[in-house]
Amino acid sequence: MSKVTVHGIYDDDEQLKNGAIKIVGMGLHVKEVFSPFPVHGIDPIIGVKRTLLPITSFIYGCTGALLATWMMWYMMISDWPTEIGGKPNFTYLVNWPAFIPITFESTVLCAAHGMAITFFIRSWLMPGVTPKNPDLRTTDNKFLMLLEVNQDDLGRVQSALKETGASEVNVQ
Amino acid sequence: MHQESEIRKPLILGNKSYKDITDDIIRPVQGKANKYWWIVFTLASATFTWGIICLCYTIGTGIGVWGSNNGVDWAWDITNFVWWIGIGHAGTLISAVLLLFRQKWRMAINRSAEAMTIFAVMCAAIFVTMHTGRPWLDYWLFPLPNQFGSLWINFNSPLVWDVFAVSTYFSVSLVFWYTGLIPDFATIRDRMTKPLAKKIYTLLSFGWSGRSKDWTRFEEVSLVLAGLSTPLVFSVHSIVSTDFATAVLPGWHATIFPPYFVAGAVFSGFAMVLTLILIMRKVFSLESYINIKHIEYMNIVIIITGSIVGVAYLTELFMSWYAGVEYEQYAFINRATGPYWWAYALMMTCNVISPQLFWFKKIRTSLIATFILSIVVNIGMWFERFVIIVPTLCRTYLPSTWNMYHPTFVDIGIFTGTIGMFFTFFLLFARFFPVIAQSELKSILKSSGSEYKKQGH
Repeated sequence: MSKVTVHGIYDDDEQLKNGAIKIVGMGLHVKEVFSPFPVHGIDPIIGVKRTLLPITSFIYGCTGALLATWMMWYMMISDWPTEIGGKPNFTYLVNWPAFIPITFESTVLCAAHGMAITFFIRSWLMPGVTPKNPDLRTTDNKFLMLLEVNQDDLGRVQSALKETGASEVNVQ
Repeated sequence: MHQESEIRKPLILGNKSYKDITDDIIRPVQGKANKYWWIVFTLASATFTWGIICLCYTIGTGIGVWGSNNGVDWAWDITNFVWWIGIGHAGTLISAVLLLFRQKWRMAINRSAEAMTIFAVMCAAIFVTMHTGRPWLDYWLFPLPNQFGSLWINFNSPLVWDVFAVSTYFSVSLVFWYTGLIPDFATIRDRMTKPLAKKIYTLLSFGWSGRSKDWTRFEEVSLVLAGLSTPLVFSVHSIVSTDFATAVLPGWHATIFPPYFVAGAVFSGFAMVLTLILIMRKVFSLESYINIKHIEYMNIVIIITGSIVGVAYLTELFMSWYAGVEYEQYAFINRATGPYWWAYALMMTCNVISPQLFWFKKIRTSLIATFILSIVVNIGMWFERFVIIVPTLCRTYLPSTWNMYHPTFVDIGIFTGTIGMFFTFFLLFARFFPVIAQSELKSILKSSGSEYKKQGH
């Protein structure tokens, strides 16, 4: 059976959420929601899972801390030990306080950049990418619910969207 | 939807809709720059150009053209470096610390404050890269193998910590700022009709389309970046202060330096944010979004940080007396009554007395008083760094090295040049970038908009 694309356009985020609840309640799937700002609470309704990005950030941070530790151990203790201002140079642990600032900076550097880069790749955001929002007004003041429904369901989907306050329903 | 107490004053004034917010914020980007913009831009870029000429003269001849001498080997360069880095701190504090504390009023000012951070750190970077004397060898500051010098860099040194801290701070702030800008660039992109402008904003917006999954990730990234930037902002100025505090000079060798520097940084940064924002809201008619309430909150931060700075000054004085160390005592007597007593007096007046005026509600809600005091605070904070560096170095342990410091036209030229650069960049930012994070503002319209509050939403 042929499928049609339906754009339910709302003026208000609360109405959009109610619309999504209704559509999902009808046993249909909301393909995507486009909004000018984050609509809190829409994710569980339309089945968007929680992001794992913070965990990746933690892993990048740990990597950064380890890299800095290895770098300073290699340079200051192993490769060319130098006595500077009476600070011990034969063991990393004893001289560790002096290495805290750079370990910290490296942790933050790797965690922040790693996470941002992962976000850009995961959401495929980079220069040259063509934007996918079907209606230009969704970055301004409109909230768009994108549905793909069977021809048979079209009628009840349209009325459900209208009932919940959609200002426009476009079928393509 | 997030509910807000009725008692809280609205953050967005007037009867605004989502569309009005977009229109108001994008108007300066879509329209043409007015006469005043061009006048200020010409002035700023001329000063910037003069700064570049002075920089070229310094590189071509050597830092002997500066007023720094054998005793006072750090002078305007490091004063300006610390001043600029300090100014940068307010941007990160507003965008990161206030985000963690869920302070909604930050949403109107975070974008321009973050831009200010980035430009201020760029200005600061000029001084640190130049003060090494041979800036073409500055790559020696990075951990490179022995062939480049005779040894590895010294990781025990706060100067090396500084290299890592400032570069991390700059790059993380840049990523934080840019990530926040992406959705707003998308808004501009979708409204632009001129093909070239549309193309440029399409590139800048990274193809953002505002899908719900992207928003979830976006918010999570902002939150984690804020969490990472918060300790970063405290660490950067703490590390800058250890450049002084780990030295054996009386007047520098103090454990109070890190907290005192951080408070001073936030203090001067908020003053600079106020200076810029008071002009910006007027020029771009953003009074509905940046209103008296925002100004008042920022002035309250200035009272608090200014008082911390004041207490730190007095603690330093008390400790130098109480410690009973002759050299330490002399360092402070010299600051207050020595050849640079006027700088000390200026610092005390501008930083300790002037912010206390904000205890009066009339003064902290007056735009003119705030504007004047914000400039006074910035002057005071510049003199604080000058007082720490120059009077201390001109009277150290050996009286044979005692001498005076006088800036040359090159010192003054580079410093005013960085101010020119800062304003040139800020004006370009205000002209081509959305100056307020409009996607964030839209998210609080229904809870903090004055019309919505009246309707009891």
